[in-house]
Amino acid sequence: MKENWWKILASVLVLYSAIAGFLGEVPQLPILHESIRNLYFHVPMWFSMVILYLISVIYSVKYLSSGNENHDLKSVEYVNAGVVFGFLGLATGMIWGNYTWGSPWPNDPKMNSSAISTLMYLAYIVLRNSLEEEQKRAKISAVYNIFAFPIMIVLLFILPRMTDSLHPGNGGNPGFSSYDLDSRMRGVFYPACLGWILLGVWIADLQFRIRKLQNKQLN
Amino acid sequence: MRKYIAAIYLLLFTAGTSFAQSDSGVEMADGMRSSGKIYVVVAVIVLILLALIAYLFSIDRKVKKLEQKN
Repeated sequence: MKENWWKILASVLVLYSAIAGFLGEVPQLPILHESIRNLYFHVPMWFSMVILYLISVIYSVKYLSSGNENHDLKSVEYVNAGVVFGFLGLATGMIWGNYTWGSPWPNDPKMNSSAISTLMYLAYIVLRNSLEEEQKRAKISAVYNIFAFPIMIVLLFILPRMTDSLHPGNGGNPGFSSYDLDSRMRGVFYPACLGWILLGVWIADLQFRIRKLQNKQLN
Repeated sequence: MRKYIAAIYLLLFTAGTSFAQSDSGVEMADGMRSSGKIYVVVAVIVLILLALIAYLFSIDRKVKKLEQKN
Protein backbone atom coordinates (compact mmCIF):
# COMPACT_ATOMS: atom_id res chain seq x y z
CA MET A 1 0.00 0.00 0.00
CA LYS A 2 2.90 2.33 0.72
CA GLU A 3 4.05 2.49 -2.90
CA ASN A 4 0.42 3.08 -3.95
CA TRP A 5 0.07 6.49 -2.28
CA TRP A 6 0.08 8.34 -5.59
CA LYS A 7 -2.78 6.19 -6.91
CA ILE A 8 -4.87 7.15 -3.89
CA LEU A 9 -3.82 10.78 -4.36
CA ALA A 10 -4.95 10.59 -8.00
CA SER A 11 -8.35 9.18 -7.00
CA VAL A 12 -8.87 11.78 -4.28
CA LEU A 13 -7.89 14.69 -6.56
CA VAL A 14 -10.12 13.55 -9.43
CA LEU A 15 -13.07 13.06 -7.08
CA TYR A 16 -12.39 16.44 -5.48
CA SER A 17 -12.30 18.12 -8.89
CA ALA A 18 -15.68 16.59 -9.75
CA ILE A 19 -17.31 17.74 -6.52
CA ALA A 20 -15.71 21.19 -6.27
CA GLY A 21 -15.97 21.61 -10.03
CA PHE A 22 -19.75 21.49 -9.86
CA LEU A 23 -20.40 23.12 -6.51
CA GLY A 24 -17.65 25.76 -6.35
CA GLU A 25 -18.06 29.41 -7.21
CA VAL A 26 -17.16 30.42 -10.76
CA PRO A 27 -16.89 33.88 -12.34
CA GLN A 28 -20.03 34.98 -14.17
CA LEU A 29 -19.06 35.40 -17.82
CA PRO A 30 -21.15 36.09 -20.88
CA ILE A 31 -21.49 33.34 -23.53
CA LEU A 32 -19.66 30.83 -21.31
CA HIS A 33 -22.12 30.92 -18.40
CA GLU A 34 -21.83 27.69 -16.38
CA SER A 35 -19.85 25.99 -19.14
CA ILE A 36 -16.70 27.64 -17.73
CA ARG A 37 -16.68 24.60 -15.44
CA ASN A 38 -15.52 22.58 -18.45
CA LEU A 39 -12.12 24.08 -17.75
CA TYR A 40 -11.79 21.59 -14.90
CA PHE A 41 -12.47 18.63 -17.16
CA HIS A 42 -11.51 19.50 -20.75
CA VAL A 43 -8.12 21.15 -20.17
CA PRO A 44 -6.72 18.45 -17.80
CA MET A 45 -7.24 15.93 -20.64
CA TRP A 46 -4.74 17.86 -22.78
CA PHE A 47 -2.30 18.39 -19.94
CA SER A 48 -2.39 14.67 -19.16
CA MET A 49 -1.84 13.86 -22.83
CA VAL A 50 1.23 16.11 -23.05
CA ILE A 51 2.74 14.69 -19.85
CA LEU A 52 2.11 11.10 -20.99
CA TYR A 53 3.80 11.83 -24.34
CA LEU A 54 6.68 13.48 -22.47
CA ILE A 55 7.20 10.38 -20.29
CA SER A 56 7.02 8.26 -23.44
CA VAL A 57 9.72 10.29 -25.18
CA ILE A 58 11.96 10.03 -22.10
CA TYR A 59 11.66 6.24 -22.25
CA SER A 60 12.37 6.32 -25.99
CA VAL A 61 15.63 8.17 -25.32
CA LYS A 62 16.40 5.71 -22.54
CA TYR A 63 15.73 2.80 -24.88
CA LEU A 64 18.11 4.12 -27.52
CA SER A 65 20.89 4.46 -24.97
CA SER A 66 20.25 1.22 -23.06
CA GLY A 67 18.58 -1.19 -25.50
CA ASN A 68 16.41 -2.36 -22.61
CA GLU A 69 13.20 -3.90 -23.96
CA ASN A 70 11.16 -2.67 -21.00
CA HIS A 71 11.94 0.95 -21.87
CA ASP A 72 10.52 0.35 -25.34
CA LEU A 73 7.35 -1.22 -23.92
CA LYS A 74 6.91 1.70 -21.54
CA SER A 75 7.22 4.29 -24.28
CA VAL A 76 4.52 2.51 -26.33
CA GLU A 77 2.07 2.18 -23.48
CA TYR A 78 2.46 5.83 -22.48
CA VAL A 79 1.67 6.84 -26.06
CA ASN A 80 -1.36 4.52 -26.09
CA ALA A 81 -2.73 6.12 -22.92
CA GLY A 82 -1.87 9.59 -24.24
CA VAL A 83 -3.86 8.99 -27.44
CA VAL A 84 -6.93 8.08 -25.38
CA PHE A 85 -6.62 11.36 -23.46
CA GLY A 86 -6.09 13.21 -26.75
CA PHE A 87 -9.33 11.83 -28.16
CA LEU A 88 -11.16 12.71 -24.95
CA GLY A 89 -9.77 16.25 -25.25
CA LEU A 90 -10.93 16.53 -28.86
CA ALA A 91 -14.40 15.16 -28.12
CA THR A 92 -14.99 17.29 -25.03
CA GLY A 93 -13.67 20.32 -26.93
CA MET A 94 -16.18 19.66 -29.72
CA ILE A 95 -19.07 19.58 -27.27
CA TRP A 96 -17.90 22.75 -25.51
CA GLY A 97 -17.15 24.52 -28.80
CA ASN A 98 -20.57 23.67 -30.18
CA TYR A 99 -22.24 25.73 -27.45
CA THR A 100 -19.79 28.60 -27.04
CA TRP A 101 -18.37 29.06 -30.55
CA GLY A 102 -21.45 27.85 -32.42
CA SER A 103 -19.89 24.86 -34.15
CA PRO A 104 -18.24 21.62 -33.04
CA TRP A 105 -15.35 22.29 -35.41
CA PRO A 106 -14.92 26.00 -36.18
CA ASN A 107 -11.54 25.40 -37.87
CA ASP A 108 -9.71 26.97 -35.00
CA PRO A 109 -5.92 26.66 -35.52
CA LYS A 110 -5.48 25.00 -32.15
CA MET A 111 -8.17 22.43 -32.95
CA ASN A 112 -6.69 21.66 -36.35
CA SER A 113 -3.20 21.29 -34.98
CA SER A 114 -4.35 19.09 -32.10
CA ALA A 115 -6.08 16.86 -34.65
CA ILE A 116 -2.85 16.72 -36.67
CA SER A 117 -0.80 15.83 -33.60
CA THR A 118 -3.26 13.07 -32.68
CA LEU A 119 -2.96 11.68 -36.20
CA MET A 120 0.82 11.85 -35.85
CA TYR A 121 0.68 9.62 -32.79
CA LEU A 122 -1.80 7.26 -34.50
CA ALA A 123 0.81 6.98 -37.26
CA TYR A 124 3.33 6.02 -34.57
CA ILE A 125 1.09 3.13 -33.51
CA VAL A 126 0.56 2.04 -37.13
CA LEU A 127 4.31 2.25 -37.79
CA ARG A 128 5.04 0.02 -34.81
CA ASN A 129 2.48 -2.56 -35.80
CA SER A 130 3.81 -2.74 -39.34
CA LEU A 131 7.32 -3.80 -38.29
CA GLU A 132 7.87 -7.46 -37.48
CA GLU A 133 11.41 -7.59 -36.18
CA GLU A 134 11.44 -6.57 -32.52
CA GLN A 135 14.71 -4.67 -32.24
CA LYS A 136 14.17 -2.82 -35.49
CA ARG A 137 10.63 -1.93 -34.45
CA ALA A 138 11.79 -0.63 -31.09
CA LYS A 139 14.57 1.46 -32.59
CA ILE A 140 12.58 2.98 -35.47
CA SER A 141 9.57 3.79 -33.29
CA ALA A 142 11.81 5.35 -30.62
CA VAL A 143 13.38 7.64 -33.23
CA TYR A 144 9.95 8.50 -34.65
CA ASN A 145 8.68 9.28 -31.15
CA ILE A 146 11.60 11.62 -30.46
CA PHE A 147 10.82 13.54 -33.67
CA ALA A 148 7.06 13.56 -33.05
CA PHE A 149 7.22 15.09 -29.58
CA PRO A 150 8.74 18.50 -30.45
CA ILE A 151 6.44 18.73 -33.49
CA MET A 152 3.46 18.11 -31.20
CA ILE A 153 4.66 20.86 -28.84
CA VAL A 154 5.06 23.30 -31.73
CA LEU A 155 1.64 22.40 -33.15
CA LEU A 156 -0.16 22.75 -29.84
CA PHE A 157 1.61 25.56 -28.05
CA ILE A 158 3.52 27.70 -30.56
CA LEU A 159 1.77 27.85 -33.94
CA PRO A 160 -1.73 28.65 -32.55
CA ARG A 161 -0.21 31.58 -30.66
CA MET A 162 1.06 33.12 -33.88
CA THR A 163 -2.32 33.33 -35.60
CA ASP A 164 -5.85 34.20 -34.57
CA SER A 165 -7.41 31.55 -32.43
CA LEU A 166 -10.60 31.17 -30.46
CA HIS A 167 -8.75 29.47 -27.65
CA PRO A 168 -7.78 31.68 -24.71
CA GLY A 169 -4.13 32.64 -24.56
CA ASN A 170 -3.67 32.42 -28.32
CA GLY A 171 -3.29 35.02 -31.07
CA GLY A 172 -3.74 38.04 -28.85
CA ASN A 173 -6.63 36.54 -26.93
CA PRO A 174 -6.13 36.96 -23.23
CA GLY A 175 -5.38 33.70 -21.42
CA PHE A 176 -7.62 32.40 -18.70
CA SER A 177 -5.06 33.67 -16.22
CA SER A 178 -5.61 37.31 -17.07
CA TYR A 179 -9.35 37.67 -16.66
CA ASP A 180 -11.14 34.79 -15.12
CA LEU A 181 -8.93 32.04 -13.77
CA ASP A 182 -9.19 33.65 -10.37
CA SER A 183 -7.96 32.04 -7.17
CA ARG A 184 -11.23 30.19 -6.65
CA MET A 185 -10.85 28.44 -9.97
CA ARG A 186 -7.14 27.74 -9.51
CA GLY A 187 -7.96 25.82 -6.35
CA VAL A 188 -9.91 23.32 -8.42
CA PHE A 189 -8.10 23.53 -11.75
CA TYR A 190 -4.57 22.63 -10.59
CA PRO A 191 -5.63 19.66 -8.41
CA ALA A 192 -7.78 18.44 -11.33
CA CYS A 193 -4.77 18.57 -13.68
CA LEU A 194 -2.52 16.74 -11.24
CA GLY A 195 -5.21 14.15 -10.51
CA TRP A 196 -5.87 13.35 -14.17
CA ILE A 197 -2.14 13.24 -14.98
CA LEU A 198 -1.55 10.74 -12.18
CA LEU A 199 -4.57 8.71 -13.29
CA GLY A 200 -3.19 8.59 -16.84
CA VAL A 201 0.22 7.49 -15.58
CA TRP A 202 -1.48 4.81 -13.52
CA ILE A 203 -3.40 3.41 -16.51
CA ALA A 204 -0.29 3.47 -18.71
CA ASP A 205 1.70 1.73 -15.96
CA LEU A 206 -0.96 -1.01 -15.69
CA GLN A 207 -0.89 -1.51 -19.45
CA PHE A 208 2.91 -1.76 -19.37
CA ARG A 209 2.84 -4.37 -16.61
CA ILE A 210 0.25 -6.45 -18.47
CA ARG A 211 2.30 -6.22 -21.68
CA LYS A 212 5.41 -7.31 -19.79
CA LEU A 213 3.58 -10.34 -18.38
CA GLN A 214 2.34 -11.24 -21.86
CA ASN A 215 5.86 -11.06 -23.26
CA LYS A 216 7.13 -13.26 -20.44
CA GLN A 217 4.52 -15.90 -21.22
CA LEU A 218 5.36 -15.85 -24.92
CA ASN A 219 9.07 -16.39 -24.36
CA MET B 1 -22.02 1.15 -35.81
CA ARG B 2 -22.67 4.23 -37.95
CA LYS B 3 -26.21 4.43 -36.58
CA TYR B 4 -24.90 4.54 -33.02
CA ILE B 5 -22.40 7.26 -33.85
CA ALA B 6 -25.15 9.31 -35.48
CA ALA B 7 -27.38 8.79 -32.45
CA ILE B 8 -24.63 9.87 -30.07
CA TYR B 9 -23.91 12.93 -32.21
CA LEU B 10 -27.58 13.93 -32.14
CA LEU B 11 -27.75 13.43 -28.38
CA LEU B 12 -24.68 15.54 -27.74
CA PHE B 13 -25.27 18.44 -30.09
CA THR B 14 -29.00 18.99 -30.32
CA ALA B 15 -29.93 19.61 -26.71
CA GLY B 16 -32.02 22.74 -26.48
CA THR B 17 -30.46 25.96 -25.26
CA SER B 18 -32.38 28.84 -23.80
CA PHE B 19 -31.23 32.40 -23.88
CA ALA B 20 -33.40 33.93 -21.17
CA GLN B 21 -31.34 36.62 -19.51
CA SER B 22 -31.60 37.30 -15.81
CA ASP B 23 -31.43 40.79 -14.33
CA SER B 24 -27.80 40.54 -13.26
CA GLY B 25 -26.66 40.31 -16.87
CA VAL B 26 -24.91 36.99 -17.07
CA GLU B 27 -27.24 34.06 -16.70
CA MET B 28 -25.99 31.30 -14.42
CA ALA B 29 -27.76 28.13 -13.32
CA ASP B 30 -28.80 29.69 -10.03
CA GLY B 31 -32.24 28.09 -10.11
CA MET B 32 -30.73 24.65 -10.39
CA ARG B 33 -28.41 25.34 -7.48
CA SER B 34 -31.01 26.94 -5.21
CA SER B 35 -33.34 23.98 -5.60
CA GLY B 36 -30.45 21.77 -4.49
CA LYS B 37 -30.89 19.32 -7.33
CA ILE B 38 -27.30 19.87 -8.50
CA TYR B 39 -26.23 17.59 -5.63
CA VAL B 40 -27.99 14.73 -7.38
CA VAL B 41 -25.79 15.21 -10.43
CA VAL B 42 -22.67 15.43 -8.28
CA ALA B 43 -23.68 12.25 -6.44
CA VAL B 44 -24.13 10.38 -9.73
CA ILE B 45 -20.78 11.53 -11.11
CA VAL B 46 -18.95 10.74 -7.88
CA LEU B 47 -20.48 7.26 -7.85
CA ILE B 48 -19.37 6.61 -11.43
CA LEU B 49 -15.86 7.87 -10.73
CA LEU B 50 -15.64 5.86 -7.51
CA ALA B 51 -16.69 2.69 -9.30
CA LEU B 52 -14.18 3.25 -12.10
CA ILE B 53 -11.38 3.93 -9.60
CA ALA B 54 -12.31 0.81 -7.61
CA TYR B 55 -12.21 -1.12 -10.88
CA LEU B 56 -8.73 0.26 -11.62
CA PHE B 57 -7.55 -0.78 -8.15
CA SER B 58 -8.91 -4.31 -8.68
CA ILE B 59 -7.12 -4.59 -12.06
CA ASP B 60 -3.97 -3.37 -10.32
CA ARG B 61 -4.31 -6.08 -7.68
CA LYS B 62 -4.85 -8.80 -10.30
CA VAL B 63 -1.77 -7.71 -12.24
CA LYS B 64 0.27 -7.70 -9.05
CA LYS B 65 -0.82 -11.26 -8.27
CA LEU B 66 0.21 -12.38 -11.76
CA GLU B 67 3.56 -10.62 -11.39
CA GLN B 68 4.25 -12.42 -8.13
CA LYS B 69 3.40 -15.79 -9.72
CA ASN B 70 5.83 -15.31 -12.58
